[in-house]
Amino acid sequence: METTRRLFLQAGAGIGGGLMLGFGFARAEGAQALTDYVSIAPDGRITIMAKNPEIGQGAKTMLPILIAEELDADWTKVRIATAPSDEARYGAQFAGGSMTTTMNWEPMRQVGAAARWLLIEAAARKLSASHDAFTTAKGQVVHESGKTFAYGELAADAAKLTPPAADSLKLKDPKDFKLIGQSQNGYDSPKIVRGEPIFGIDMTLPGMVYAVYVKSPVYGARLQACDLTAAKAMPGVTDVFILKGTDWHGLQDGIAILAKSWWYAQNARTALEPVWDDAVGAPHDSAVYLEKAKALVKGTGEVKQQSGDIDAALKSAAKMVDAFYDVPFLAHVPMEPQNCTARVTASGVEIWAPTQVPNDGKALVGKTLGVPPETVNVHMRRAGGGFGRRLENDYMAEVAAIAQKAGKPVKLVWSREDDVAHDFFRPGCYHNLRAGVDAAGKLTAYACHSVTFSRDGQVAQGAGIDGNAFAPLVTPNFRLEQSLIETTIPTGYLRAPSSNALAFVHESFWDEIAHAAGQDPVAFRLAQLDAHLNDKANYNPARMRAVLQTVAKRSNWGKTKLPKGEGLGVATYFSHRGYFAEVAQVRVADDGQWRVLKVWAVGDVGSHIINPTGALNQVEGSVMDGIGSMEAEITFEKGRAVQSNFHEIPMMRMPKAPQVDVHFVTSDFPPTGLGEPALPPVIPAVANAIFAATGIRIRKLPILPETLITKQMASA
Amino acid sequence: MITLTVNGKRREVNAPEEMPLLWALRDELDLKGTKFGCGVAQCGACTVHIDGEATRACVTPIGSLDGAKITTIEGIGETREGQALQAAWLELDVMQCGYCQAGQIMTAAALLAKTPKPDDTAIDDAMEGNLCRCATYKRIRAAIKSASGQPVDDLRSA
Repeated sequence: METTRRLFLQAGAGIGGGLMLGFGFARAEGAQALTDYVSIAPDGRITIMAKNPEIGQGAKTMLPILIAEELDADWTKVRIATAPSDEARYGAQFAGGSMTTTMNWEPMRQVGAAARWLLIEAAARKLSASHDAFTTAKGQVVHESGKTFAYGELAADAAKLTPPAADSLKLKDPKDFKLIGQSQNGYDSPKIVRGEPIFGIDMTLPGMVYAVYVKSPVYGARLQACDLTAAKAMPGVTDVFILKGTDWHGLQDGIAILAKSWWYAQNARTALEPVWDDAVGAPHDSAVYLEKAKALVKGTGEVKQQSGDIDAALKSAAKMVDAFYDVPFLAHVPMEPQNCTARVTASGVEIWAPTQVPNDGKALVGKTLGVPPETVNVHMRRAGGGFGRRLENDYMAEVAAIAQKAGKPVKLVWSREDDVAHDFFRPGCYHNLRAGVDAAGKLTAYACHSVTFSRDGQVAQGAGIDGNAFAPLVTPNFRLEQSLIETTIPTGYLRAPSSNALAFVHESFWDEIAHAAGQDPVAFRLAQLDAHLNDKANYNPARMRAVLQTVAKRSNWGKTKLPKGEGLGVATYFSHRGYFAEVAQVRVADDGQWRVLKVWAVGDVGSHIINPTGALNQVEGSVMDGIGSMEAEITFEKGRAVQSNFHEIPMMRMPKAPQVDVHFVTSDFPPTGLGEPALPPVIPAVANAIFAATGIRIRKLPILPETLITKQMASA
Repeated sequence: MITLTVNGKRREVNAPEEMPLLWALRDELDLKGTKFGCGVAQCGACTVHIDGEATRACVTPIGSLDGAKITTIEGIGETREGQALQAAWLELDVMQCGYCQAGQIMTAAALLAKTPKPDDTAIDDAMEGNLCRCATYKRIRAAIKSASGQPVDDLRSA
């Protein structure tokens, strides 16, 4: 008991009172904290800390699997708790870039091995035997004599010892893995099916009030005036006040309405008539952007990459393909609207947030409130989806400022309309592409002029050109030019940022080139990969070739006779260290209505699929998410978003959900993440399948059914 | 004061008649399993049963519910269909983020109460209004079939 209390108090001192909630049950059972990650109770129950936010990719289950594997824990006795946000103890803590697996594959196994070492050492000291005379199995330390100790018996002694350096620990031979590679269901799932309050939006605090925060629908518009009298008189409202904006990423000008429950605050918005300086939005309009882009690609842009003589190569090409691609802005719209709960007192700031980046939030809140970031504690709550939206902590800055002024705990909840209007959108982009092929059908020239968006003269967030798009397209004559359109629209990172747009553009164009060269799209890609198999670069052509060959085989590519109106399309893409090749089967009806019947997705994300059920779910979901995005767009008029809620943002729904056949090819590389890389290639695979079905090339998203009505169909 | 019957219990709510049931459940009665997604009956996250009918709580004023029997995700496990669906959801590891799944289960439970063995078309028709942003539709479909005693493949291994 003494050890537990000492460890607990030590831990608590650095973190603030909030940690007590997290550790409460562990202490009650007399659990011993062996390390920052592993506590073991006398009855053998093991509590493992999941260090990163859970936004739906299964990190909360996967990370503890890695620890439990090396610990030789009995998974049925493992309980999982979300760690405090404390990078000094837990290292980087975020959900983004499909990095959780990549960054933790080795360190989390070392964490498990360290705890195992402590248990063995405790047993060795008990028996005065050599450390090397012990093994472990499913929650027990076993001496070569046959004497066994349950982990629970050793935990108190083990907790007093210091583990050796992480990199000195020997990790298991993969052939001995017992948990890695076996499906383990989501740890929180039983609570979810019972409706238990585990999400960010479910947080409550004693004495809490509820808030909405009203901002200008026009980006960058400042509040000129607002009479608060009527809103203050609305039922249930406890206070209404104005806050001055400080940061386009964080707190913006707005009016906070506080009420005894959320609906009252939301209802009181109707009593506000704020005056915004919304003329600043006038030049920012989707139609204007398109005209600007069309004009820009006629001129020259900043040359970002160049090799050979592109102009001569295009001139001498036997065939040239020239196309303009147009990709829209998109919203993230995670199912759980943005929300956050805060309590600000003289001793510090406590935040409960569904966020992808809790530690960034500390800095932002510190800056917003003018308090040291060390006095800000962020508790990670399960997030109802992230998709990159919660890489921004604007809602956190808002609720902190509101709670500071209110002097009481506040839960801020955005309406869905707030969420759409104030997204950090996936930026649109435009590309003029030109390629040349010689008489033998070989690619000889590839030129791309990209028009993307800037903010304050710099390439806007999420608007960068990702080199992965060109990786397999090495031709001696190549040029990438870039032009920028300045925007006030907040942009950011949507699942597989950049790649989710560039895959569509380049892999669709690649299909155009293959057809112009009179070649099969799979064969054309394989030939290009073969020509670069020995390239020593970030992109490994051999890995892509393997997944492309596998998906061709699984989809029976080139061997299927499809009915009229149906087609198969293929695309490959490398992003977030994952290699994916996907084939889509699409049906287009006479009236232009289209649907994806089936997708075959084959990926290589390294040597192990840590938790197959989660991995499959990610790929299935990514594929459907990508297809769903092909019907959606956000447009802007006078600096504000036109769309407001799900009735104007089509997404994948049950009746259109295709069959998805997922397969993983394993390779001798460390495992990498699956939150994103399966998404980018499905979009061009579907677009290319529509071409195969109809002869109509998709160069603009979203796809509108009326653009898919062929001449024959229209005249019939 | 409005009296609601929620999961078999009579509950008093001191709120205006026009308050949507969603917010009465979440903020007044502290039943947070019913989720807010859109506020305009476009996503299904707030689905509850009112006298057995799957209903969007976000657009249902509490003043309209006098004498009605309301069932939420917290109470659906007391029904045969609800229990079978919760078990199937866990068996097939349906969830990604999990936020929409209470609404999915509630809609599915209303479906199974009327159509004990729904085919794909019946599932499409019933579930179309429930958005899953993570797109776990393949598993939702399989879980509904499994809960209704129809054979499904194990979706958890490649």
